[in-house]
Amino acid sequence: MSALPWLLPALPLTGGAALLLAGHRADRAAPTAGAALALATCALTAVAARTGPEAAAPFLPGLPVRLAVDGLSAPLAVTVAAVAALVLLAARAGLGPTDSAARSTGLMLLFTGAMLTTVTAATLPLLLMGWEVMGATSWALIGHTWRDRAATGAATTAFLTTRTGDLGLYVAAGAALAGGAAPLALDDLARTAEPWRSLTAAGIILAALGKSAQLPFSFWLSGAMRGPAPVSALLHSATMVAAGAYLLLRTGPLLAATAWGAGLTAWTGAATALVLGLVAVAQRDLKQLLAASTCAQLGFMVLAAGAGATTGGTLQLLAHAAAKSLLFLLAGAWLTTHGTRLLPGLTGAARSPRSLGLLFTTGALCLAGFPPLALWAAKDLLLPAALTRDPWLYATGLTAATLAAVYSTKALWYVWRPAPATTAPPARPALLAPLTLLALACAALTPLALPPLRTALERTVATGVHPAPHLWEAALSGGLALGAAAWAWSAGGPRLRLPGPFPDWLGLERAAHILVVRPVLAAARLAAAFDTRVLERAVDAAAYGTLALARRTDRVAERGLTGAVAVLAAAVRGAGREARRPQTGQLHQYLAQAVAAFTALAVVFVLVR
Amino acid sequence: MLTVLVFAPAAVALVLLALPRTVPDAVHRTAWTVTSALLLAFTAALWAAHGTGGGYAYETRVRWMPSAGVGYHVGVDGLSLPLTVLTCVLFLACALYSWRERRRVRAHAALFLLLQTTCLGVFVSLDLILFFVFFDLSIVAMYFVIAGWGRDQAARAALTFFLYTFLGSLALLLGFIGLYLAASPHTFDMTDLTRADPLAGRPVAAGLVLLALGTGLAVKTPTVPFHTWLPLAHTQAPAAGSAILAGVLLKMGTYGFLRIAMPVLSEAWRRYALVVVVLGVVSVLYGALVALAQTDLKRMIAYTSVTHMGYIVLALGAAATATAPGDEDARALAVSGAVTQMVSHGLLTGALFLLAGALHERGRTYDLAAYSGVAARAPVLAAATAVAFFASLGLPGFSGFVAEFQIFTGSLGPRPVATCLSVLGILLTAALLLRAYQQVFLGPLRLPPAPGSPRAFPDLRRREAAAVLPLLALATLLGLAPRPLLDTVEPASGLVLEWLAR
Repeated sequence: MSALPWLLPALPLTGGAALLLAGHRADRAAPTAGAALALATCALTAVAARTGPEAAAPFLPGLPVRLAVDGLSAPLAVTVAAVAALVLLAARAGLGPTDSAARSTGLMLLFTGAMLTTVTAATLPLLLMGWEVMGATSWALIGHTWRDRAATGAATTAFLTTRTGDLGLYVAAGAALAGGAAPLALDDLARTAEPWRSLTAAGIILAALGKSAQLPFSFWLSGAMRGPAPVSALLHSATMVAAGAYLLLRTGPLLAATAWGAGLTAWTGAATALVLGLVAVAQRDLKQLLAASTCAQLGFMVLAAGAGATTGGTLQLLAHAAAKSLLFLLAGAWLTTHGTRLLPGLTGAARSPRSLGLLFTTGALCLAGFPPLALWAAKDLLLPAALTRDPWLYATGLTAATLAAVYSTKALWYVWRPAPATTAPPARPALLAPLTLLALACAALTPLALPPLRTALERTVATGVHPAPHLWEAALSGGLALGAAAWAWSAGGPRLRLPGPFPDWLGLERAAHILVVRPVLAAARLAAAFDTRVLERAVDAAAYGTLALARRTDRVAERGLTGAVAVLAAAVRGAGREARRPQTGQLHQYLAQAVAAFTALAVVFVLVR
Repeated sequence: MLTVLVFAPAAVALVLLALPRTVPDAVHRTAWTVTSALLLAFTAALWAAHGTGGGYAYETRVRWMPSAGVGYHVGVDGLSLPLTVLTCVLFLACALYSWRERRRVRAHAALFLLLQTTCLGVFVSLDLILFFVFFDLSIVAMYFVIAGWGRDQAARAALTFFLYTFLGSLALLLGFIGLYLAASPHTFDMTDLTRADPLAGRPVAAGLVLLALGTGLAVKTPTVPFHTWLPLAHTQAPAAGSAILAGVLLKMGTYGFLRIAMPVLSEAWRRYALVVVVLGVVSVLYGALVALAQTDLKRMIAYTSVTHMGYIVLALGAAATATAPGDEDARALAVSGAVTQMVSHGLLTGALFLLAGALHERGRTYDLAAYSGVAARAPVLAAATAVAFFASLGLPGFSGFVAEFQIFTGSLGPRPVATCLSVLGILLTAALLLRAYQQVFLGPLRLPPAPGSPRAFPDLRRREAAAVLPLLALATLLGLAPRPLLDTVEPASGLVLEWLAR
């Protein structure tokens, strides 16, 4: 029990909130303050990774929150904080958005705090909290240029798509509670009773696929590329999308405990790696290419989680975080110097300044799976696990890995093409430093896949011992990558095209519109029409009906009654008038009346008697 | 204690009304604000002194109409204390917000003070007739607020509101009389009735009484299909009136379920739990769908209220569902989530309506399509609205998440299908709020046309900020540190579950 785990997310969260509250007043100080805070957080995570602290606090009835920096979350937390720090340093060196620096820096810090909460959470409610805050801050970050309707629309699409997946976590929490995993610790989820275990697993898989932009949710990442470069570098490498893969790696035992969870996860990952790899090959826009490759590379992590290769998946996550944040930052740098993200417009970009070009090449070669860089090593840890599971899974994964070499080479081919001499300014040292560190990480992570360090990593990260990869597997994947790259280079960028739906991300967004958005909006309009035309009118009709009934009562019953009373009164009046007639005042008439009356009485008397 | 609390605002209102007409408006405004602030401090102190114990505190029980079994019985427990504090918070916010009200300031202040008396009265009443009296008087006071300070069609909206909810309260009275007749000795006292469980073993009578009570409370909550008065009343009511209507008056319905229907009619409540759950789910989904189709900001917020109250109804129904033993955790979670949602919705919808009022004051329309890119002119208003919207769509870190997470997690075990369906509500709410936000605040700047000179569109004023920002701050506080609230609620909600289980 210590304060350190709380401090880990709290430092960036409070710093970010303070920057947001300060607003434009903090615009000048924000980049430096943000980078400093991120560096401090990074130092804290390093300390936490060594000591492995835990902390808990009561939260909801029967559901405390618990934070733990354990074997799996330690490398993740360090990676997240390190990438955040390097990205913020790069943003400070001129890659960040030119307006509202306080807002973007504050949001990035908030985002980092949320991601740190997610990876250090030991219970499901806390994980969900970090998870959803990440989604909301990503909305604000993607829509940074808020006057641009396209950007805010893409932000909303991204948020709503990932939140669709998030619903799974709400369901999973309820199902796990019903299944008897009372404090909802992530490690206990596998011990829930069926059928709740399956429901929990389904919820978690849904949430992870949504967050990691796996099939069929991949399209949101395409739109999310409208965000500024540092945002893409942070969100779509080490955080946000990585959170889904992390969740699956973390809940591996749960997936394995269900009959179908592991298989479904592995195959979805493999399919995404393959299909989105093809999508990446088909792109003409550098950022779109990188985004599609993010989906594909995350597919390997998801595949690893399904195949039980936790170590390989983790290493893939770390290596991809380094390579992809580097590439996104460089794409951002070229966007500012060349004014375009389209590959044909970037010809020769790598030649001047050459330093940036070499850094980009390192990242791209790592992405391509060239030995001895880290992503090659990571794939050779996770693909053997797929082989023990299903040869077809292995074959799919290997094909997807080869595709990575093709799309990486496509990008490299364009940026290294000889071009008319350009006068790009030399890169600033403040920018080169963080980028160089990221490039170094692409190579420096490789030893983690080799025996002495690998066994250490396996002991801390994984729950079981993995099959040791064979040498031929590493050689095969490395050889395939080299071969594919050579073929792609000789073929040349323009010839690397794919027909049909691939350039358009398989039309997934349009499909989501047709299948989900439009029917929901139609249902909404229908419900609203029902509400005003039927329900509201029925109430009005009831009221007016009452009023009409009142009028009718007034007309029929009330008037009838009044009429009856009037008739009675008239009758009485008439009777009174009649009664006055005998009073004539003449004696002989009175006498005659008396005689008539007595005669009548006599007749009555005789008759009655 | 509570008597002073309840009747103090009414007394101040009477004093204000008795003052000569020459007294300047500022005196009325100050008197109103100070009274609200003092009441808030007083209730907060009551809460602090009460701590987290179970049972009723500050009870007063006096004979009133002994021959009819009616007594003056007030008291508070963990269910009502948070709601009384919420009431005082919202009334203070309205007092601050209404500082710029120019029309009949004295009557306005007096009416809101009277309304506060009735609202506090409902939450502290422990006698059915007393509850009913305050319940009805709140409708009367709100009628005058809408009719007197509303927009152009206010008279019709106020009349609809009054008649509809009054009809509901008559059904409620019918139910109360049913309970009275069933109890022996005849009584209207809630604590006695709860203890006696008068309708145990008489399913038909209990069902009828529950029908009457349920209808009355469902109109007030409101659940589908008894909600049509709500959007109409909200669109016509002034901003402060809307905030109180949605923030406080709607809670009377769900509070009535929790305080009266569930403990006193436990057997019937368990039997008809499925009906309650279905009503809840339908309210959630239907409310969210209709809200998605709205083009008027206030109508949209009104329909999201239907959704948010639907979660409470769902939780209260799910809590009564008997499933496997050992799921007490889940049911306790559902009930405490329902109470949290009442407080949370009060704070957030209050803030939303005040912000909508601020927007209307500047643009003179609630039509969403008339605005675009307002963030350029009013960044603080845009930021506050963003926070209110995200809090309202259940983002963690705000009170809405604490409430909804408890409700979903607690209800899923007892009612899996219904809960999985209503989880969709938070997605629909997110969609509709973000759509509206994007339309009004983001994009290129376009303001509603104004006759003559271009429209002045100032940012959030200090007084408005003082009304809205504390509500959002409280919602954040509750979202990050819900323990103080939950510690108070848990003993009382546990007691409700015990009564329900007998």
